[in-house]
Amino acid sequence: MNEMTPPKAERAAALKGLGTSRRRVEDVRFTQGKGNYIDDVNLPGMLFGDFVRSPYAHARVKSINPEAALAHPGVLAVLTAKDLEPLNLHWMPTLAGDKQMVLADGKVLFQGQEVAFVVATDRYAAADGVDLVEVEYEELPVLVDPMKAELPDAPVLREDIADAKEGAHGPRRHPNHIFTWEQGDKDATEAVLAEADVVAEEMVYYHRTHPCPLETCGCVASMDKVNGKLTLWGTFQAPHVVRTVASLLSGIAEHNIRVISPDIGGGFGNKVGVYPGYVCSIVASIVTGKPVKWVEDRMENLMSTAFARDYWMTGRIAATKDGKITGLWCHTTADHGAFDACADPTKFPAGFMNICTGSYDIQTAYLAVDGIYTNKAPGGVAYRCSFRVTEAAYFIERMIEVLAIKLGMDSAELRAKNFIKKEQFPYRSALGWEYDSGDYHTAWEKALKAVDYEGLRKKQAEQLEAFKRGETRKLMGIGLTHFTEIVGAGPVKNCDILGMGMFDSCEIRIHPTGSAIARLGTISQGQGHATTFAQILATETGIPADDITVEEGDTDTAPYGLGTYGSRSTPVAGAATAMAGRKIRAKAQMIAAYLLEVHDDDVEWDVDRFAVKGAPERFKTMKEIAYAAYNQAIPGVEPGLEAVSYYDPPNMTYPFGAYICVLDIDVDTGTADIRQFYALDDCGTRINPLIIEGQVHGGLTEALAIAMGQEIAYDEIGNVKTGTLMDFFLPTAWETPNYITDFTETPSPHHPIGAKGVGESPNVGGVPCFSNAVNDAFRAFGLTHTHMPHDHWRIWKTANQLGLHD
Amino acid sequence: MIPGSFEYHQPHDVEGAIRLLQDLGDEARVVAGGHSLIPMMKLRMADLGHLIDLRRIEALKGISIDGGTVTIGAMTTQHELIESKMLADAAPIVREAALQIADPQVRYCGTIGGNVANGDPGNDMPGLMQCLDATYTLAGPDGERQVAAREFYEAAYFTAREDEEILTSISFAGTAGGYAYEKQKRKIGDYATAASAVLITKNGGQCASASIAMTNLADTPVFSDEASDALVGTSVDDAAIKAATAAAVAAIDPAEDNRGPVEFKKHVAGVILARTVERAWSRA
Amino acid sequence: MGKVHVKMTVNGQEMETLAEPRELLIHVLREQFGMKGPHIGCETSHCGACTIDMDGKSVKACTVFAVQAESADITTIEGIGTPDNLHVLQAMFREHHGLQCGYCTPGMITRAYRLLQENPDPTEEEVRFGMAGNLCRCTGYQNIVKAIMAAAAEMNAAKEAAQ
Repeated sequence: MNEMTPPKAERAAALKGLGTSRRRVEDVRFTQGKGNYIDDVNLPGMLFGDFVRSPYAHARVKSINPEAALAHPGVLAVLTAKDLEPLNLHWMPTLAGDKQMVLADGKVLFQGQEVAFVVATDRYAAADGVDLVEVEYEELPVLVDPMKAELPDAPVLREDIADAKEGAHGPRRHPNHIFTWEQGDKDATEAVLAEADVVAEEMVYYHRTHPCPLETCGCVASMDKVNGKLTLWGTFQAPHVVRTVASLLSGIAEHNIRVISPDIGGGFGNKVGVYPGYVCSIVASIVTGKPVKWVEDRMENLMSTAFARDYWMTGRIAATKDGKITGLWCHTTADHGAFDACADPTKFPAGFMNICTGSYDIQTAYLAVDGIYTNKAPGGVAYRCSFRVTEAAYFIERMIEVLAIKLGMDSAELRAKNFIKKEQFPYRSALGWEYDSGDYHTAWEKALKAVDYEGLRKKQAEQLEAFKRGETRKLMGIGLTHFTEIVGAGPVKNCDILGMGMFDSCEIRIHPTGSAIARLGTISQGQGHATTFAQILATETGIPADDITVEEGDTDTAPYGLGTYGSRSTPVAGAATAMAGRKIRAKAQMIAAYLLEVHDDDVEWDVDRFAVKGAPERFKTMKEIAYAAYNQAIPGVEPGLEAVSYYDPPNMTYPFGAYICVLDIDVDTGTADIRQFYALDDCGTRINPLIIEGQVHGGLTEALAIAMGQEIAYDEIGNVKTGTLMDFFLPTAWETPNYITDFTETPSPHHPIGAKGVGESPNVGGVPCFSNAVNDAFRAFGLTHTHMPHDHWRIWKTANQLGLHD
Repeated sequence: MIPGSFEYHQPHDVEGAIRLLQDLGDEARVVAGGHSLIPMMKLRMADLGHLIDLRRIEALKGISIDGGTVTIGAMTTQHELIESKMLADAAPIVREAALQIADPQVRYCGTIGGNVANGDPGNDMPGLMQCLDATYTLAGPDGERQVAAREFYEAAYFTAREDEEILTSISFAGTAGGYAYEKQKRKIGDYATAASAVLITKNGGQCASASIAMTNLADTPVFSDEASDALVGTSVDDAAIKAATAAAVAAIDPAEDNRGPVEFKKHVAGVILARTVERAWSRA
Repeated sequence: MGKVHVKMTVNGQEMETLAEPRELLIHVLREQFGMKGPHIGCETSHCGACTIDMDGKSVKACTVFAVQAESADITTIEGIGTPDNLHVLQAMFREHHGLQCGYCTPGMITRAYRLLQENPDPTEEEVRFGMAGNLCRCTGYQNIVKAIMAAAAEMNAAKEAAQ
């Protein structure tokens, strides 16, 4: 070795590549208040738009009178459906193959629905205008309960498609029925259930909630009539999709539309959809010739854009007497609100709900999902989870507990008995998925040992005895969860959104001096892409991560991609990044060989350089190679050092984890104190442990919120009862516990670097874990299942019904 | 969330503020810390033509103690209540309660006067003031008058304060003996599911006096003589606590909301009150 | 309604503007004075994204009218550190991964700045209680708390070294 050459390990460390807890590059500007979020985008002459919204959940719109509003100083225009109709923009397609009113077309179908769009010189005048628009409504009967949607006296909500017998996902049996989606083998499953030693049955409701990022949704549309170009800034989790949809809807050629996602203040699924605010802003900008900003307020956010969950899941699980699961049956009633705007891949109207066999080797299973219209906001987004995966995980992890009770078995043992074994991977599930890799038993044993599971059960028994003796009013609950996620959609053959295949992309340019810029089709909303994707590239190309700029979110510069949601960035764009890096390295190898005057095959990669095989002192660093690539004529090799990769994953990835929660419930007040939370995640290859840990903390806190109180609740006439952060539960630092994180590492066999994605695992695993702990606390008193959210009064009610207040 | 237009007034003395109230009539509202009123204005649930801001009136600020009587200016903030060593010595229950109001930022702005005067049943100070048997001083066109906190609240947002009056100060006797303020809420920043304030004095192992009030369990704070009486003369044993909570629960009339139904609130009110009494007694 | 003249000190600089009485301080700071660090999150004084330091208090600027800030001395995140000389809190938030999307961060740091002035050596419990007016959707707070504790320790060490 050349004396001047630092050892391999030292050179590798200097790259800050894979596995490094690299500090985030984004934080330098964020900590100084120099982020650039949508409301920070201000253009000369910019106007503001604001919505008149329906106070009713179901009503006919008799008339809209904008005169008083138009007379108000600063108000320039009031758009209604009538104004959008000539442009054919009064309705728009949803991501789920349905259509949605942009502005109320004759009727309103949920409280908070957009009725008119007021455009004014500033946000104050716009708000005044909203107040002055006079709308006359005629109230109609309201449908809130999806179970009553097909009763004879149910009001018909969607008169526009009342007679359509065929929907985007097959036959419709009632005007309020959207689709029925079936997976698995119904007859075989029913046969297994009929013959089983033991069948446990339960209805598990996963309540309606909302992603509620701290920054709401918004956009700035700017139609430049001089050069015919529309620029649209917005809180978009999928900017390229927005560009294509905007082009298809507006007729503006796609090359004349530039979509820019600036910094995004959290997304969690809320910012995947296309909302009326975007369409109205674009139209208003075209009409006025000026930039138009629209930013929703918190109440509008909670009431109108992108709810999540609302699945009523009835399950039956069959097993032998000794606890071997033989079959799983699930029927779900999915409340989709007034328009089917679920953000799922086209072929999956209930997302990946068919991952509901979870971590278990269940040979026979059947799933049916009925989508139903109600007078509630549309949405159905994947709130910090892959499409409907948190619903699936919640379902199976509750069913396991219910079965354990029926069997009189410890649920940790029941799980271990039924896990898919390490040697069974790749594993084909009864509902159609091919799990890529896993080692559930190892993770499970590690988790149980880490918390001293047996010791916890002993403590619980002691506390229960003390409770029975009247020495305490607190019950201890132990929540267990072993979840399996399915993330990283594509592959394109299975997964598209509005026909757009779900690949992703990365383009890299190495500069002559050896630094680089990489652009991706994804967009960070806090995940730290600028940090972690540079780390992937650092390891692949030998260029220090600190010398690599990562850019996303500008469709004029970034390669086409499907965006960031469903934990797809690392599995798909991360793979594209690695593949692009490998293309760079392949070309670099030719250049190095030429410079070293040896055959291509006679050089080998060594951290940050190519060296002659057997003569490591003869090498060319990537920096030297980059310079030569631009400045030296190399026979048969084009100048420059750039690469682009569009990656269509061969399969999804299947992260998993083992979570254990211990809490104490005060049966008299219904309050719960988290005593301990242990989270073991296996997300395959770990790119940045610090960021993984942060993702887990955050996801667990969202899970805590959802499990323990966060909901979008409606009253019987469709009024939203949880429209502000007083009532919509977001825990503060005070209510949030500390978490212990741990890991195992089972790489994905098909991902170029073995990474699986982690951002959503803690939500998927956390929700059932908290809920299982609450349920477990009451197990000794005969409870099999109680619904979330486990807020104080519902916990109290459970205690009350079990006679604990007598 | 954008408020409607209004004119802004910033009087420098109480007389000026009252004159404005007289001149401007129904259209005028007084603002103290603003953390109840301004959100309502932004939601356009409070529509007003004139906002009279009391923040420049120095006479409304500060805490003084004279001959065992504590007097607190209406514009004294919750933060100032918490930070006052003098007040913590004279009536530690005030600090304990103030710490359970809203969050740190809101406590820097929120005032005791605003909290007691606006008549929101969710506010913590009214119940506490009834427990302390505080007296409110109201200044109006005809001068000042005193109203007992226990007489002040008529219904939600309706109080004994006349439209042209301003609540200028609050006074109460310094406390002795045990005290506690307990509040169950869903999270920091929330109003109480149930809260109670208890003062107890002890004489030879027996309860010599007690004062009990409850928050957010009716459309006004609830002071319960019966509950207090149930403790006096007892050793505050389980039976006495049970009797006191039964009396208090009989006096409340909670409404169902997102925190839970009536049955739950009544139960929790009893539990919280029992705990408050126990803690106050342990300090007596 | 007519506009009124408003003057205040923002990050050490005298600033003035004309504003309607109903204009919220957060809008004036962000749109007229260019201080875009404080953000709007909930608008009902629950989330703390708009937290500024006003006359030595942590204040939610979405619930104060600009006219009420007449003559006030205001510090926003832009006044807490400079690119060449980051405040310890800013450095520690980065070091301990106390932020993700960054939207709550200016409010968090501005609040923590005041908290540490009032309580230079807080316990974890005191930090959690003192930061409970600021919501974060990304981090679960654990690393925010860690960052503030680390900043306190570093500030105290620096103070000791100076003595």
